[in-house]
Amino acid sequence: MEQHAEVLTGGVWRQRGPGWRDLIATALVLGVVMLIGIGSRQMATPFAIEHQPEISLSPALLPLYTLRTVMRMLAAMLGSLLFTFTYATVAAKSRRAEMVLIPILDVLQSVPILGYLSFTVAFFVALFPGNTMGPELAAIFAIFTSQAWNMAFSFYQSLRTIPTDLDEASRSFRESVWQRFWRLEVPFAMPGLIWNMMMSMSGGWFFVVASEAIAVGDLQIALPGVGSYVAKAIAERDLAAVGWAILAMTVAIILYDQLMFRPMVAWADKFRFEQTAAQIVPKSWVLDLFRRSGLVAQACRPFGMAMRYGGRARLTILPSMALPRLVPRRLGDALWLATVASALIYVGWAIARYAGSALSWGDVRIAAGNGALTLARVALLVALASLIWVPIGVFVGLRPRLTARVQPVSQFLAAFPANLLFPVAVFLIVHFRLSPGIWLCPLMILGTQWYILFNVIAGASAFPSDFREAAASFRVRPWRWWREVMLPGIFPYFVTGAITASGGAWNASIVAETVSWGSTKLTAGGLGAYIAEMTEAGDYPRIALGIAVMSVLVIAMNRLLWRPLYAFAERRTRLD
Amino acid sequence: MFDATAEPIVALNHIDMNFTKPSGGKLPVLAGIDVTVRDGEILGLLGRSGSGKSTLLRIAGGLIKPSAGSVLYRGAPLAGPAEGIAVVFQTFALYPWLTVLENVELGLDALGLPADEARKRAMSAIDLIGLDGFQSAYPRELSGGMRQRGGFARAMVSDPILLLMDEPFSALDVLTAETLRTDFLDLWGGHQLSTKAVLMVTHNIEEAVLMCDRILVLGSNPGRIAAEIKVPLPQPRNRLDPAFHTVVDELYSILTSRMTEAMGAQSQLHGGLVQRLPEVAATRLGGFVEVLAAAPFDGRAELAKIGRAMPLPSDRLLPLAGALHLLEFAELEGGTIKLTAAGRVFAQSDIDGRKRLFREHLLRFVPLAAHIRQVLDDRETHIAPRERFEYELEDHLPRNEAEKTMRTAIDWARYAELFAYDDRTRTFNLDRAAV
Repeated sequence: MEQHAEVLTGGVWRQRGPGWRDLIATALVLGVVMLIGIGSRQMATPFAIEHQPEISLSPALLPLYTLRTVMRMLAAMLGSLLFTFTYATVAAKSRRAEMVLIPILDVLQSVPILGYLSFTVAFFVALFPGNTMGPELAAIFAIFTSQAWNMAFSFYQSLRTIPTDLDEASRSFRESVWQRFWRLEVPFAMPGLIWNMMMSMSGGWFFVVASEAIAVGDLQIALPGVGSYVAKAIAERDLAAVGWAILAMTVAIILYDQLMFRPMVAWADKFRFEQTAAQIVPKSWVLDLFRRSGLVAQACRPFGMAMRYGGRARLTILPSMALPRLVPRRLGDALWLATVASALIYVGWAIARYAGSALSWGDVRIAAGNGALTLARVALLVALASLIWVPIGVFVGLRPRLTARVQPVSQFLAAFPANLLFPVAVFLIVHFRLSPGIWLCPLMILGTQWYILFNVIAGASAFPSDFREAAASFRVRPWRWWREVMLPGIFPYFVTGAITASGGAWNASIVAETVSWGSTKLTAGGLGAYIAEMTEAGDYPRIALGIAVMSVLVIAMNRLLWRPLYAFAERRTRLD
Repeated sequence: MFDATAEPIVALNHIDMNFTKPSGGKLPVLAGIDVTVRDGEILGLLGRSGSGKSTLLRIAGGLIKPSAGSVLYRGAPLAGPAEGIAVVFQTFALYPWLTVLENVELGLDALGLPADEARKRAMSAIDLIGLDGFQSAYPRELSGGMRQRGGFARAMVSDPILLLMDEPFSALDVLTAETLRTDFLDLWGGHQLSTKAVLMVTHNIEEAVLMCDRILVLGSNPGRIAAEIKVPLPQPRNRLDPAFHTVVDELYSILTSRMTEAMGAQSQLHGGLVQRLPEVAATRLGGFVEVLAAAPFDGRAELAKIGRAMPLPSDRLLPLAGALHLLEFAELEGGTIKLTAAGRVFAQSDIDGRKRLFREHLLRFVPLAAHIRQVLDDRETHIAPRERFEYELEDHLPRNEAEKTMRTAIDWARYAELFAYDDRTRTFNLDRAAV
């Protein structure tokens, strides 16, 4: 993006001898480049399902495994960005495309991610026979599915809400489609997009770990990475190795955050649309280092110039979306809707025929029953987590110094793939002979409960201090204080956190409701366990059934509970 | 200075603009408008809010396509934004993520100039408008006045032939606006600009008289040209000049008579239910009545005089006067406002007396409020949804106007305790107002 330019070329950098900043910055850049090189070379090595490289439990190999895992994450993020920029742009600019693309996105976002994996892995392996690229792509695609949808949604929403005056300015200065995209649309969407990338990233670690050791029916693949390492550790009941993996992942996530996301968030601060100065300016030592290092500035100069020209270029070959109208608008709409409807009917018919031959109503009943069980669990767990974390979050959020310490930890915990911790929990359950039906449930929300915590902290710390002082000066009683001051104040934040937590819990149920430790297998029942079992058996019709039931439940929960709650929260806390 | 024989820069011929009603029909906002902006003049479009003047400006700039009629820019039909036309926005519309310099360069994007030349031209535009030193600042670091200077520099950088200004000073405080106006007039008068003509939208009478060579007054519902006034005063103009006052007074009188006519006409239509209500809070009306009743006005004054004495710009003053006229607490005639007997009583009453009186007048003179109350009385539950009434309004008023009218009706009814409104359920009810 050309917005880098003024940092890099704006005449602010000074010509001087290399300083300590240059040394560190150069070391950082070279290090990252080298690591990417090593990681990507290994991705394209020959591969045969029968002769897979054995995963070793030696901690010495862990850094390499972690690197591979991180690389997959990076690749998926690039893919997600590309998807976001194209899919969301088309949806926002074409009314007819929007009618189809947005509902599809809505459904896609409710499908359990691990569900995609069982279907796509066979496809990708067939696509690149004899090369690791196939399974790699399958894993990357799974991570992609955990990241892309909410990013695309955020971008689409931003494009639809570009303020009229900026839109008119852009049109009156006759910017081309390309210029407008880089000058207006992307920058305006940036804060929302970065926030969603962060959320996606946090979720992504979970799936990157889950998608490395793939077992669908007879197809058994273990891609070198932290996830496979843990899978192996579980198979060999090696608790120490699990510990090593947790350590490696912790280091990886912290580095990722410091080297990539912090700088991005700090940089993206300038895209905030509010015209007032912010109270809290995000900071990043890496970004500061790069901005102040003369050597880096000089090295980046051509790069910055290229981006600058790229953004300014008119590229008028790109079609401006206004195509000549061949048929009247209403007739066009009717034709389009008819096409979409017939496609839908055909797909529905094809599914019904396929499902009808493989499934019976009894299967549907079983899946629905399991679904109800998981639904009850998710609801209960979100409620329980809220009871615990809301008071704690408020307590922390009202104390700025505590917030500064706790918030990064809670964000880290939300990003940490909880499935790495599962073996520890399972070990304990086996050791103390606890009931899996009850004790496996907390695993579903182990990773996502932190979203509630850090959103509540954010809400409480954003709560206007004059409201608090007013409440204090009127000596509002504790009960009323909670009910009428604090809870309404943090409500929108809480709802955001709870939506994420519940979505994550659904996804996690597939790996949390049935777990193993060596040869010991624990199952808690429920829809997640159902899908996991069918996946292991390679029973595609029933995998599809399980996924469909879960999607329907998630969509229903979003429509009937979360959306109304969110709308209510937004309306109620608005002052104007 | 206006010259009727000068070359037309932009000519709008028989412009109609319709919005679509929720029920599918057409709602005219501009009807049969002819405007020609000629070489060398600053033409002002003056009108109350909702008269469609900003829409007209956007049509002249090619940002909106009119429903009917043609736009000729230097003799050729205008299809979309064109080279040589630049817009200054009321909200500045600077991109917050670009520095002042980059924002100004944006005005050159379409020309595809080499980077060096673009920078040079941007810097000289920044110099010209008095922003030098601020070029590396982000808009959020600037005060409102400096931001609008950025807006001006961005519009000027491409050396436009026609400059369109949409209430460019209305978001600024009085002093800042004055400085910026003067600076702009200096540039314009000093022929330092390549700009040949300016079309400016404003709802501030004094500003229009200060700047324009010719002023078109837009009447509303649907917008059409109600009057054309030439301002033959030489620049720089002096606000204290009696000739200046004469023009201001004349405009006040035109605008008030337009307003009272429109109110009269609206109260005949559809039982007055679709009457547009001025956006004035009830408590402000109380304050205004007090000022009017007290010395030196003693219940009767020219609006232009009040405007100078308070001081209150015309766009704040006219809705107040209109509201009093509507509620028959005062009578407007030819730019003069006179308190009625009820208005005098109102001024002397205590808060409860005022509320009682206000309520009486609300029921008698604002059919919308009376209608809502009637429906609430008739219903057993004493509850009625807001949508029901808003829908009726939207059939006759553009959506945002309907929304504003409804807001005013609610505010007045709350003050008069005529009925209550619950925003959570978006329903009207009688609450304790019933007693």
